Amino acid sequence: MSATRVAVLRFPGTLDHESAARAVEGVGAEPVFTHHEDTALPQGTHAVVIPGGFSYGDHLRPGALASRTPIMAAVTGHAKDGGKVLGICNGFQILCESGLLPGVLRPNASLSFICRQADLEVADSGTPWTGGRLAGEVLSIPFKHHDGAWFGTPGEARVVLRYKGGNPNGSIDKIAGISNLGGNVMGLMPHPEEAQDPLLGSTDGRVLFAALIA
Amino acid sequence: MTLVVVTVMPKKGVLDPQGQAVQGALSHMGFAGVSDVRVGKRIELEIAGHDPAGQATKMCEDLLANQLIEDFHVEVPG
Repeated sequence: MSATRVAVLRFPGTLDHESAARAVEGVGAEPVFTHHEDTALPQGTHAVVIPGGFSYGDHLRPGALASRTPIMAAVTGHAKDGGKVLGICNGFQILCESGLLPGVLRPNASLSFICRQADLEVADSGTPWTGGRLAGEVLSIPFKHHDGAWFGTPGEARVVLRYKGGNPNGSIDKIAGISNLGGNVMGLMPHPEEAQDPLLGSTDGRVLFAALIA
Repeated sequence: MTLVVVTVMPKKGVLDPQGQAVQGALSHMGFAGVSDVRVGKRIELEIAGHDPAGQATKMCEDLLANQLIEDFHVEVPG
């Protein structure tokens, strides 16, 4: 039997696709790099990952230009059919700009680029994305961003992950990651693809990739 | 061709850290009496065809502004 296919999107300026593809392989699936000008997802695509980076140089607003590309129309169709989509960092920004997730990511309140390991608290344990962890359990996952402050109405989403302790970026309700109400589209600013190997201090990011093929 | 000028500004009431940083710098430089600074964008479009202002408004709604956090203003300078 062939492995489950997961499309890993690439836009001009995407940076984290190699790490994301490795994380997809880590859960036994087959990553397929998918170009921003493609009008359809690869045949047999089961789930989609939108990796981090600075698509289109963050021009206009982070994620704004990438969200209007042909491939995002295909991703929107996939999501409307209930298919899973995981957006990480710039991928989260793209999902918000495309309307697949509510809200928008604004510049960090400090206006600084922040890069560090973070403790994330599971807020809603009922989505597929945290692998059955209970509310209040903690995932250790790093983040690195300049525009990570989620702004919106929390009731329009399911709040999956919150920063534990202080609020690093001015995000509403300390939100680090949300899913849509249906639970199949997930976006987060921290980088689960960089929390895959014990050598790097944490493997807590694996649950988010395992959810892609669950 | 018609020149259309679009101004995109952070909505009132939405935190504008860039404006606050600029206000802080002005204050440190000795410019007293600046009670608020907001930083936005000016976008100049050369548009052909019918109703350039209407076309620009549609562009703002579809791409140029994110109306969750930004207001826009379309102007055709005479």
